[in-house]
Amino acid sequence: MATIDVSTGVDEAAPLTNRRQKPKRSGGGLFRSIRSNGKAVAGSIILGVFVILAIIPQWLAPGDPGAEIFERSAGPSAAHWLGTTAYGQDILAEVIWGARPALLISVAAGLFATLLSVLIGVTAAYLGGIADDVLNVFTDVFLVIPTLPLVIVIAAYANSHSLTVLIIVLVVTGWSYGARQLRSQALSLRNRDFLQAAKVRGERRSYIIVFELLPTMTSLIVAAFLNAALYSILTAAGLEFLGLGDTSSVDWGTMLYWAQNNEALQTGQYLWATIPGICIAALGTAFALLNNAFDEISNPSLRPVRRIRVARTSS
Amino acid sequence: MSEQLIRTEKLTRHFQIGNAFSRKTLHAVDNANLEINEREIVALAGESGSGKSTIARLLAMVYQPSGGEIYFRGKPLSHLKSRKDVMAYRGEVPMVFQDPFSSLNPAYRVSHGIMRALKLHRPDLTRDQQQAEAERVLEVVGLTPPAEVLDKYPYEFSGGQRQRVGFAQALACRPKLILADEPVSMLDVSIRIGLLNLMANLREQEGVSFLYITHDIASARYVADRLVIMYAGHIVETGPTEEVLGNPKHPYTQLLLSAVPDPRAPLNVTAETDRGEPPKVVNPKPGCRFRWRCPLAVDICTDVTPEPRLLAPRHSAACHVAKQDASLVTLVGAEQDGTE
Amino acid sequence: MSPERPLDGPLLEVRDLTVEYAVARGSVGAVDRVSLNLYPGEFLGIVGESGCGKSTLLFAIAQLLSPPAAITDGSVIFKGRNLVGLTDKQLASSRWQDMSVVMQSAMNAFNPVKTIGAQFKDAIDAHTKWSREKLRERSAEVLKLVGIDPVHVNSYPHQLSGGMRQRAMIAMALLFTPELIIMDEPTSALDVVAQRSLMVQIKELQQKLGFAVIFVTHDMSLVSHFSDRLIVMYAGQVAEDGATRTVFDSPAHPYSKGLLEAFPSIRGPRVHMTGIPGNPPELINPPPGCRFSPRCPAVMPECTEIEPELYPVGDVQVRCLLHQKMPVKKDTAHV
Repeated sequence: MATIDVSTGVDEAAPLTNRRQKPKRSGGGLFRSIRSNGKAVAGSIILGVFVILAIIPQWLAPGDPGAEIFERSAGPSAAHWLGTTAYGQDILAEVIWGARPALLISVAAGLFATLLSVLIGVTAAYLGGIADDVLNVFTDVFLVIPTLPLVIVIAAYANSHSLTVLIIVLVVTGWSYGARQLRSQALSLRNRDFLQAAKVRGERRSYIIVFELLPTMTSLIVAAFLNAALYSILTAAGLEFLGLGDTSSVDWGTMLYWAQNNEALQTGQYLWATIPGICIAALGTAFALLNNAFDEISNPSLRPVRRIRVARTSS
Repeated sequence: MSEQLIRTEKLTRHFQIGNAFSRKTLHAVDNANLEINEREIVALAGESGSGKSTIARLLAMVYQPSGGEIYFRGKPLSHLKSRKDVMAYRGEVPMVFQDPFSSLNPAYRVSHGIMRALKLHRPDLTRDQQQAEAERVLEVVGLTPPAEVLDKYPYEFSGGQRQRVGFAQALACRPKLILADEPVSMLDVSIRIGLLNLMANLREQEGVSFLYITHDIASARYVADRLVIMYAGHIVETGPTEEVLGNPKHPYTQLLLSAVPDPRAPLNVTAETDRGEPPKVVNPKPGCRFRWRCPLAVDICTDVTPEPRLLAPRHSAACHVAKQDASLVTLVGAEQDGTE
Repeated sequence: MSPERPLDGPLLEVRDLTVEYAVARGSVGAVDRVSLNLYPGEFLGIVGESGCGKSTLLFAIAQLLSPPAAITDGSVIFKGRNLVGLTDKQLASSRWQDMSVVMQSAMNAFNPVKTIGAQFKDAIDAHTKWSREKLRERSAEVLKLVGIDPVHVNSYPHQLSGGMRQRAMIAMALLFTPELIIMDEPTSALDVVAQRSLMVQIKELQQKLGFAVIFVTHDMSLVSHFSDRLIVMYAGQVAEDGATRTVFDSPAHPYSKGLLEAFPSIRGPRVHMTGIPGNPPELINPPPGCRFSPRCPAVMPECTEIEPELYPVGDVQVRCLLHQKMPVKKDTAHV
């Protein structure tokens, strides 16, 4: 019936060789993207500094930072670059050792909170229907409860004030925001043809969510993690400042607690009162910068627009 | 006599729309009787809202029918309960999608989709055999050198090349029928022909049938053996392509043909300029859904929904007014094509 | 503002218009030295496939480009005034009153929370001050012109069908009866029947009101019956420019020929077709010589060395060495 002569379709393979090779999408490309984005560079440097402090505090400030052995409330000097506390502790040593718990809290709490966000948010979006409704109500409840009071109440009732309790409290209060975000992003991706294609291919739903949907959301998930880490460090500092952390630990927030208890600002011990706060803010800024940079890297429309020199032509 | 692969009987799909206060029913497909045989390209043509994409998704088991039945090689799909049976069907009837820029997962290389298809539907093959088969299907669709193609990411390919990858994924399953949902609509004109030629080629060399869904009648004519026209959820005309285009029985088909731009034909200035658009079929009453735009409508068209009638050899239309060809010879007891 | 020259010449003269996009590695030439003339009341079709620069050209003519794209050379002389380099304030006097634009998928360009009439009012208020009466009258008038019942002035966009929204968009473009309407694929989101009736409507309006039209589309067969002249674009350049019927009946450029032959027909004999092999070039690094040479069935050795100019062939111009004669002199472009 068909008068069409059958031959192999037009060969479109030839252009494969003259197609310009774009940069590989693996680590090399990521490194290059980070290098070209100012915010990413700044954030990475700050974070890098704190990571170093967290890994090798004993090289930079040997000895026990909590030891109350020095002259009390001394100003900055050659021996103590940032002075000492009212208990005779070297402020600089405390700051350096404080980096480790700060990073631990923010990364651990951020990680677990993000895990929960992904689990609940993406599943709700993909399953839809009743499951979506139920999970949404669950998320909304946690979202709507005022965080700081809740956090204070939980921490106050907890029997121990260890790091673990702190992290648990942060995770429980911090996952709902990310879940909402990831859910709406997953909703917009849900109708992409490649997900339908996977379904028609016969893949199980769990496979589709984990192996087809999530890999396309990596940049969003990383951004959610950075957001959760930022939330964690700031909230942890707040809790510790109120005395709900482990007050015997060497930690920036706890330093602020003790500084406040000893009326550091009023008695002129400015460094003790402000330096820990500045460190917290710096780490938070690093997370925020990386978060913004990630958005820009993964979403080209957010990048600053280049302008071209326009030649003024004559009318 | 080639084997009948798909037969649908009064296939119906409704969607509930609206909120709790005003629940309405959207009739996407009503009473569709469709047939696809081996080594055949059937074009399902219609405008937006005609139900053609819904039929594809019903055949792909993305939706369950609200009514009627689909028979694959004589067995009803509603009887497929176990995962094994459903998988077997999916391997025989895969689907190719419309948008080349979202039909391949951007996070994985091209090999991903093909290898998954092989893993799920050809588990009997060893790893090496699967690799060889992946390369073979890429060569069949014209993407060479296949080993290099498998290693690349989708963004490195043009729209036409990505669609070919989509066809390769479908071929990897060793299908009998490929459901192609507007596979060329989003491609440049000069690339479309290459893919249409590919479909014709696959029919001959791989023995695969196609359900080619499109809104472009001209491409349907180029590649299809049989043509099915849909309007507002109903199949309004069915028959061999040349027969339907040369001797259109349904007024909607006639309207469609008059509206298709053809640079080589002179402008048909006498053709009436119909301003209407296909309706959204929500809570419809009985009667022909084309009656408001039909120049030939009579009273019965408003009261009784027309059923498809055989009007010419293997050519049927659902219209009260359309006339049977004098040449039609109906043998008593002969199997009738295209009617219920 | 310079006084307008009396229109015995072209309504729109585009001369060597060049548009570039700034990218990480430098710049990409999206439109390369395009020239065209448009006379009052003329219907010009610009066709080409994705990436040929037709939409960019349209935006450049309407002075709607934003960074990273910019006009880097050439001029757009509309009614005697060069629009390139003018500020928004200086352009405001001609915008919508002399020249209006209908965008692609314009039916989604309506604000969903405002009525059609309110949006007409916004458009009018942006350029002039009319009384309530005149506003109402004119809104009803333009709706009638495009075949919509004037009662829809108070309708919201979602209450109209797709085809009607598209017509409403054209009505909005007609508010000031401009002399030139630029349309970027206004029918691509419509079904074939609605598409055809819209085209017929546009042509009728054009003949009745006398405005010129630049119609950009990828669908060559669509403009075939409606345009007076046709420009075929490829890789940012004009490949062929001439009277529509001539270009269709005897395409001179191998690309135009290939493009025409890529449209299957519903009438006539069923023949095997091949389309055009390969892909359009990447404009950041166009091929040497003729940009179509890698895909051209009639390619000659000199095609990869010499960049062809536009050469006259009868009443069309072609950018192809097959027709190499004297290059076209700039002010005798229109026959």
